[in-house]
Parts: sequence; structure tokens; C-alpha cells
Amino acid sequence: MTLSVTAPPGATHQMADAWRRQTSLRRLYTAIGVGLLILALGSTMWFADEANAGHFFDRLPHLLDFLSWLVPKDWNDIWRAMFDIASPHDTGTQEFNFPLGRAYVWGSFYIPEYFELMLTTLNVALVSTFIGFVFAVPFSFIAARNLTPHPVLRLVVKRFMELLRAFPEIVIAGLFAAIVSIGPIAAIIAIGLHSIGALGKLFYEINENIDMRAEEGLRAVGANWFERVRFAGLPQVLPNFMSYTLLRVEINVRISTIMGAVGGGGIGEELKLSISRGFGAKTIALVLLLFTTIFIVDQFSAWLRRKLVGEQAFAMSP
Amino acid sequence: MTTMTADQIQSIEERFPQVFHRPFHKRFGPLLLVGGIFLYLLYALWFFNLPQVMRESHWERLPLFLTQWISYDVQPIFRLDEPQITAKYPRFSVLGPNPNPDWVKTNADGSVTILIDGTAKSITFNKTQATITANSETVAVGLGTGKPLISGPVPGWITAHEDEVVADMGFAGEARVTVDRVRIRKRFLGWANFVFDTRSPFFGKSASEVASLIVSGPELKPGTSNLALAGDNIWNNAQWQHGDVWSKLLQTIVMAFLGTMLGGIVAFPLAFFAARNITPSRLVNQVLKRFFDFMRSIDMLIWALFFTRAFGPGPLAGSAAIFFTEVGTLGKTYSEALENIDDKPREGVVSTGANGLLVQRYGVLPEVVPVFISQTLYQWESNTRGATIIGAVGAGGIGLKLWEAMRTNSNWANVFYMVLLILLVVFIFDNISNFLRRRLSQTIHDYNRIQAEQG
Repeated sequence: MTLSVTAPPGATHQMADAWRRQTSLRRLYTAIGVGLLILALGSTMWFADEANAGHFFDRLPHLLDFLSWLVPKDWNDIWRAMFDIASPHDTGTQEFNFPLGRAYVWGSFYIPEYFELMLTTLNVALVSTFIGFVFAVPFSFIAARNLTPHPVLRLVVKRFMELLRAFPEIVIAGLFAAIVSIGPIAAIIAIGLHSIGALGKLFYEINENIDMRAEEGLRAVGANWFERVRFAGLPQVLPNFMSYTLLRVEINVRISTIMGAVGGGGIGEELKLSISRGFGAKTIALVLLLFTTIFIVDQFSAWLRRKLVGEQAFAMSP
Repeated sequence: MTTMTADQIQSIEERFPQVFHRPFHKRFGPLLLVGGIFLYLLYALWFFNLPQVMRESHWERLPLFLTQWISYDVQPIFRLDEPQITAKYPRFSVLGPNPNPDWVKTNADGSVTILIDGTAKSITFNKTQATITANSETVAVGLGTGKPLISGPVPGWITAHEDEVVADMGFAGEARVTVDRVRIRKRFLGWANFVFDTRSPFFGKSASEVASLIVSGPELKPGTSNLALAGDNIWNNAQWQHGDVWSKLLQTIVMAFLGTMLGGIVAFPLAFFAARNITPSRLVNQVLKRFFDFMRSIDMLIWALFFTRAFGPGPLAGSAAIFFTEVGTLGKTYSEALENIDDKPREGVVSTGANGLLVQRYGVLPEVVPVFISQTLYQWESNTRGATIIGAVGAGGIGLKLWEAMRTNSNWANVFYMVLLILLVVFIFDNISNFLRRRLSQTIHDYNRIQAEQG
């Protein structure tokens, strides 16, 4: 086979020139982009450093000092702090008053303070996720384009969920702290409201992608809106709903820890206190407990999600 | 309708055992799940002591707080045991140092009339009697006998205590009358002194007056132009603290940007070593993946607390906290994206004899860069929200300021101002990020289309 391409003289040169021009232009754009990014990074770093109480290079040599308070005098104190066992180093200060926090359940059997606090944080996360789920499911069916009972209602619910999602949680927590007193209930309300918005959005996006043939069948036999959603929508989406809800549990455990640190009760509060006062053994015990719990929750939820929806659960963005 | 015989029913049952003889856990699983959740909720009710918390909560405060978000009040006190009835305003009243509002009228006979909501809701009083008008009813309160005495029936909007009569006028305000003083609370819709505070020479002037002063007026403060003075007065408004709020907001934005970008820059090379298909060493993969898990699981709060202690409160601590968490999160998502690539372009580049770095650059990078950027943008967006929260534990930014404003329970208008700013920022960043991601997915889409067309 012979190729008979007749190019006008100099065409290859023209093409090569055009190619070179194009690549050099692209390189220029890339260089400008990278330059701008470096400039932005540099100036924001300078700004952050300037606005901070302590400056980066002043504090850098002291980073190891800051680690040194973490190292306990006696490594066994970590376990003692975690399980509320009296320490031989007890000097009557708050740093070593481990047995004080025991929550006696029955006779001399007690739950160690930190486990109790961790339980509070976990319960806050679970209850608020439950609240989020219960409200997000009906909202998501109203907000889905293909299942909505009325377009105006759909818009209202969608906007409402957007507002819940964007509203800073600490403001809701602070508002309710002034009403139901500072503590876990305010945190539950705040995280719960946020979860409604966050889960609702994910849910209605799933709803919009369902197979509508089942719904058509039900419509043909005269089913009302509730029946159509219940028997045509829900069975298709429930595994995905569950999967997203489990993901939300993981996120909510983290948020409820943070809420604790700003007064929402639970382990976050104790951790903040312990770090700000420099209690080495207590801090390590708390971090270990929190780390282990978050790790277990993440792994358990990942296992459950894999069982529910298979590998697909991990293709979606967090 | 034909009836089925027992044999027919049996044969159908035998043909579809998966319908008629479902295993126990399938039949009762959902019911058990619902029952379990119900029991858990009962336990949670007991654990959080909900009935008692609800009993002790003050739900009546909620509407009050919510009205305070968008309104302000003025609370003058009138002493009746002095020779002349004069109004005393709180020291930092929003009306400025010399208030003489037109809703307080001194009548010819020495009595004072206060128009809380026009004449429809008003109170007129002298030293012996107060007349309260609201909801088209007029109530006279005698003050001469040592304690306030209401003549006639007491309407529902008035509460008569032993030594005080409280007239609730809804949103407009309230009046509290005792024998020796009358306390008024008049509520105004809007934000007081949002532009100029009471100390500013521009205070109380209309927009056109301020504009003419700036353009052609005499210098109010010698040596400073009026424009600069006005700018300075707005920026340093004592009540709204615009300057502080805006710079704190900028800190929050910077924290999210810096933390996410640096996290991305560090996670980028590490992800190549963590990806199973790019670095064949299983040990290196596993070590890096566990490292990413570790960084993520430590949680942004713990990092924030540690760095607040290390660097002192401020955006540096917040940026560092986001950076450390983000190395884990982005490292994980990057390496997962790398493990999902199509291997053919890479094989093609390898076949030309390119070295390791060039293979990554031309065989792998073009495929994953859009995904990387998209995920980084997504994290940036979510960190802009997250930075607000960790700010409240001392990591700098608007979170701390917000938390402090809420702790006083009186600054709800300021809280709402900051919330609006945060919502605005989140909205803008959501849209930027969505726009960029849509452009990117368009690019990916076009690329796939061209590939499909070429076969």
C-alpha cells in the first residue's frame, strides 16, 4: 500500500511552528498559573503567620518543648488515666486525680470517666444522625425532581435543606445552649439539623436516579404518592441511603468531638482542658481512646457499607 | 374467581421457596432493626436525661433571641422620685451620648408620654398615675399609694406583680411600672449604628449629609481628610467591629486555603508511593496507607488543640491542623484515584523506553490531574466550613469571634452579621468550586468522547 499525500512545500515547517507556538504558549500559561499559586501560598502563609499569636519561626525551636510535656513521667499513668486507677504519683493536683471521675454503676463496678465521655460523644453522633435520617428521607422524596408531589414544595424543601447545610453548626449549638443549657442536647440539635441538610441533599440526588418503571406500574394501579414512594422508591434507594447514613455517622463522631470542645460535653471538652493545662498522661490516654474509637467506627462502617452496596460504596466521594 | 386446591398451593410453594420459606433473618431482620433502634432511642432518652433537660429549658427565650438577630432595643429609665421626671439612658446606648428621641414627649403639665408603637401602644405618666394604652385598651395604674394599683379589669397583656406592673406590647417592647420608676424597652427593626458608631463625628447624619461632608465639607478632624476619617470610623466601629470581623473572616478563608493546598502538595508525591499499581512494594504501600489513615483518624480537633498550644491561638494553628488532616484525606483519595487508572497509556509510554519520572508525567498524570483537582476543590470547599468550627477552639478565624459573641447571650445581632458573612463566603466558594469542577468534568467528558469516536 502506498500513501500518496502531497503536502504543499513548507507545510511541515508551518505545522511544526504552529505546534511549537502552541506548546510554548501552554508552558507560559502553566508557568503563570504555578507562579500565581506560589504567590498566593506565600502571601497567605505570611498573613497567617502575621495574624497568629506566636510566630512560626519563633515557635519552631519550642515545638519539641511542647512535645516534652506530653511524655509522662511514668508510662503506666496512661493506662491508669484511661481506667481511673489511682496513680502512685498523685500529688493531689488535677493532673493525677484519676479515680475521681469513676461513674459507679453497681457496687464497686464502675465505668471509667473517659469511656463514659467517649460514650456521650458517640451517642451524640448516633442520635443526631438518626434525627438527620428520619427527616431527610421524606424531605428527599419531596425534593427529588421525579417524585415530588409539587414543584413549589420541592423548591421550598430544597432551599430549606441548603440553609440547614450551610448554617454554621456552632451558631445553632450556641443558640440552643442558651435555651436548653450548655451540654450534649444543644450539640445533638445542632448536628442533627446539619445532618438533615447534608443527608437530604445526598438522598434526593439518589432518588433522581431511580428506575421509574416501578413507579409507573404503581401509578397505573392508582397508588397515591405515599404508596408510590414507599413501594417503588424506597426499596430501590434504601441500601444507598443506609450507606450514606453510615458515612454521616463517621463524620458526626468527629463533629461531636469538636462540639464537645466548645461546650457540648463529651470527650472533646476533657481533651481541650487536658491539652490546655498540659496534662501529659491524661492527654495521651484521651487521644488513644479517641483515635481507637474513630478508627473502629470507620472500619465498622466501611465493612457494613461494603456489605450493603458492595464496592460501589467506595467509589463515591466522601 | 376460581379457588385453588391445596395441591396447587403446595406446588406453588415448592416452586418458589425463596418467597414462601425465607430464612429467619430475612423475615424478621427489618423488624428487629426497627425494634433495636427504638430500644436505643429509649436508652438515649435516659442517657441524656432528656425529660429533665426539657423541663429546665427556657423555650420562651428562643423567639426573643431570634428577634434580637434583626432588631435592637433602647431601654430608658424614668425616675419618679426626683423633682423633674427625666430619662436616663444606659451608658452605651445606641442613641449616642445626648439622646433626645422624638418618641419621648414631655407634656405641658409635666407628665411624660412615650410612644412605644405610635399612639396605639404608648404610656403616659406623671408622679401619681400611669396610663398604658395597647391593643385598643387603656389601663390606668395608680402610683400614689406605695404600690402600683390597677383600677378596673386587668387585661391579658398586663402582668401585675406585688410591686411592679409589666405591660407586654409584643415585638414593639414593654413597659415596667413601679412607684418610683418607669422602665421602657422599645424595639426597632434593623441593626443600630451599623455604619458609624456613637463616637464618630458622622453619627446620626443622613447618607446625603455624610456624602456632602466627604466631598466638600470642612475637615472634621484636622489633618485627616473626611474620606479617610469616615473609612477609619467604619472600619473601627466599636459596636460592629467591621475591621476585626472582616480580618477574622479572611483568616478563616486563608486557613482553609493554606491547609488544603499544602496538604495537596505533600499528599501528591506520597500518593504515587502509596498506589499499589505504581509502586510495586507492598510494604511501602501499606506503610503509607496506614499513615494516611492515622492522619485522618487523629481528627482535626486534636491537631487544632495541639497546634494552638504550639503556635498560640491564630490562623497558623488552624492552617497546620487542616494541613495535617488533609495530608491523610487527600493522600487516601489521590492514591485511590491512581489505583483506578487505565493502564494502557502508561504501557504505551513505558514501551518508548521512557524513564520512571517521564512515565508518571506522560502516562499517568494526564489521567489523574482532573480528578486530583476536583477532589482538592471539594476538600477546600468543605474545609472552608470546617475552619469556622475549629476556630472556636482557639485555632483562629471567625469561629472564635462568633463563639465569644454568643457566650455573652446579648450580641445576637453581631452573631447574625457574622453568620451572614460566613454564609456569603460559603456560597461564593461553593459556586467557584462547582464552576471549576464542572469545567473539569467537561474536559474529562470531551476527552472520553474523543476517545470513543476514535475507537
